[in-house]
Amino acid sequence: MATFKKYETTNHDRAIEDRRRHKELIEKSVKNNISQIISEESIVEQDGTRKIKIPIRSLNEYYFKYGSQNVGILCGDGSQVKGKHLEKTIVNSIENGIGTSKSEDIFEIDITIDDAIDILFDNFNLPYFNHKKYEEIKLEEGLKHRGLKPAGTMRQLSKKHMMISKIKRQKCMSKSESRVTFHRKDLVYVRTKPKQKRQSNAVIICIMDSSGSMGYTKKYLARSFYFLIYQFIKIKYANIEIIFISHTTSAEEVSEQQFFYRGENGGTCISSGYEKALEIINEKYKHWNIYTFHCSDGDNWTEDNEKAILLAKQLCNKSNLFSYTEIKGMNKYQNIANQYINQLESNNFVITKIDKKEDVWEAFAKILQVENYIEGGGN
Amino acid sequence: MYTVDELFTYSEQIEELTQNLGFNCYPQHFELVDYEDMICYATYSGMPSHYPHWSLGKIYEKLKTLYNYNLSGIPYEMVINSNPCIAYLIKDNSLTMQILTMAHVYGHNDFFANNQYFTQNTDASLSISMFKNHTKRIRSYIYAPSIGYEKVEKFLDAVHSIKYQCTLNQSEKDLPIFLRNWANLEEWQKDILDIVIKQNVYFLPQIETKIINEGWASFWHYYILNNLNLTMDKMFEFFKIHNNIVRPTINLNPYFLGYKIWRDVYINCDGNIEQMLAIREIHKDSSFIRNYLSYEVCDSANLYSYKNQDRNYVIGDVSNKNNWQIIREQLANNVGINAVPHIEVIDFTKDTLNLYHAWDNKELDLLYTTETLKHIQTIWGGKITLKTQFSGIKRKIVCDSDKKVFIQNEEYS
Repeated sequence: MATFKKYETTNHDRAIEDRRRHKELIEKSVKNNISQIISEESIVEQDGTRKIKIPIRSLNEYYFKYGSQNVGILCGDGSQVKGKHLEKTIVNSIENGIGTSKSEDIFEIDITIDDAIDILFDNFNLPYFNHKKYEEIKLEEGLKHRGLKPAGTMRQLSKKHMMISKIKRQKCMSKSESRVTFHRKDLVYVRTKPKQKRQSNAVIICIMDSSGSMGYTKKYLARSFYFLIYQFIKIKYANIEIIFISHTTSAEEVSEQQFFYRGENGGTCISSGYEKALEIINEKYKHWNIYTFHCSDGDNWTEDNEKAILLAKQLCNKSNLFSYTEIKGMNKYQNIANQYINQLESNNFVITKIDKKEDVWEAFAKILQVENYIEGGGN
Repeated sequence: MYTVDELFTYSEQIEELTQNLGFNCYPQHFELVDYEDMICYATYSGMPSHYPHWSLGKIYEKLKTLYNYNLSGIPYEMVINSNPCIAYLIKDNSLTMQILTMAHVYGHNDFFANNQYFTQNTDASLSISMFKNHTKRIRSYIYAPSIGYEKVEKFLDAVHSIKYQCTLNQSEKDLPIFLRNWANLEEWQKDILDIVIKQNVYFLPQIETKIINEGWASFWHYYILNNLNLTMDKMFEFFKIHNNIVRPTINLNPYFLGYKIWRDVYINCDGNIEQMLAIREIHKDSSFIRNYLSYEVCDSANLYSYKNQDRNYVIGDVSNKNNWQIIREQLANNVGINAVPHIEVIDFTKDTLNLYHAWDNKELDLLYTTETLKHIQTIWGGKITLKTQFSGIKRKIVCDSDKKVFIQNEEYS
């Protein structure tokens, strides 16, 4: 004779602790892998709200298992012919192990790029997050109520104050008067004033050498680097503008598309880029927070070096941060880089070197250290 | 919908039928639960208590996602090998579904209570208390000030990697048992190893009898429901559910194959149930397939083999009069614990542990092997070597005490 236990609601969620721990481990794993993930080209190309898949290795449970090169038995529909390739759907079900115990090779989670970047910057301590060095810019944004006035347009009529006035009057009157109407004096109008908002703004000036020696790979490395920079500065400032300056022997302000994809021929005069940058700063961004980043393969005309260093010093003075990044330079630091090291002794100047994808992150981290140092210790 | 009394009435009828068939069941206990409870039971292998580990949280999330996206319904039945036999019924299912599930559960109950792999290796009357006791012990290590959550978790991570290396023989050749006896471990670590070994030995008979057991339960639920004098609309619903349970799937649905073989056995022995009861007593999947998978079943199930050639999956043999025995043999070699490579201990020195992969013409997955060796290293402490083969060449995978893994050609001596 079977026994039955009737249904009883249980408020106890017995899996809650294991789920919490599992989630915690996922987050930890994302944190540990994020820097590699973020510099992947496919991500740099995407907009922030798009979801990306992040493989999480450490949450796999490993055990001795056979490789996929082995044989197996499947159930067909009679149409299978010896020697033919398996259909894609069948291959997928073998590899994903639907209905078998071989499942989950790589555990993936979906995350938006913005979230990933938040996690990424969580890894750094950003204690000076709100510390703005330069003058903040006042923005006019909307209107604000500032008191009342006796006359105005219908739009400015304050119904609330009108009612208050009427009720006050009503209370003073004797009870015999049953109905109290509005009086002309009850009508009041609001006075408005433009709202002032203090906001911090920043401009990122990206300068890149677009001479013949800057090939696709170098430009891609530069792009990854700028991407990280942009994401970082974005979380610090409400308003960000980006200026792209592309230079060979002469410089011009270009669009993002042109900046990263247009190839040019010819030699290199780094000073031309700096000149242009200074010109733009003086014109539009005098009181902004300025971040100037220059990427080049270091191949500069020797006679230009002196001028470049002079202008670089000026850029250091104007900017919160000025960095020179050498991408896939020949052998050691090129000529210009050495000269920077020797002659540019400003504590907001950083020099970095990127040879391969992994270096992008390191270069970025180095810049961030300097940024933190300036922000924290500078003032 | 239905009342518990109705369920009881049907369970009585089912029980009477099973007794007439010669079933020999444990007392049966049913619990009505909701979906949420069911997902939890499925997560914890049906056990009312289980030690905590994040991997169970992972199983839960997976089941929940599959359920939310409707990719797989919740399991029809959740029944545990215990005495009394405990099974869960989802309260929101229809009466027909409950009747079918109960009939199916009686099939499993009988199988648990009579199949030699269960009766000789597990003590069903102690199942529940064993899991409870394991939970208590592991929790005590988590709460112990000198041990704590992280240490226990880390050790469980390592031990879980070799849980499939447990065998029913429980000899010292089994990696987990060897490590428990010979690795330089603290008492709590030995105890955790012991717990994981015990739990996996408990589940081994189920791993080894998936097809025969599900087939047995499916064959008899079909028989029973046809003999309960159900109304036409209930019968109609029943056929629909039954056909879904025993439908063929690409990856060889065990309900489908088991049901087909048992039906074939029933026909071949002219409905002699005595004979069938004897078969359910002595076989596991591999021997059941070797002995009772006939050409007719191979052919009607369209069984075929595949192999991976130069990164492409190619169809090997398609079952026909000449080669169906080859397919049968391959299948028997791929079911149950045969699906997992067997790693044995050769010998060990003061700090090195030498293992070998009992070569069965199937290569190991290198990534998984590497990571598993690191886990074993965590338990053992010293260097680990593993002899195996890749592309026909004998190789030795070495994991040194810094967890650096490299592959050597095996020296011939």
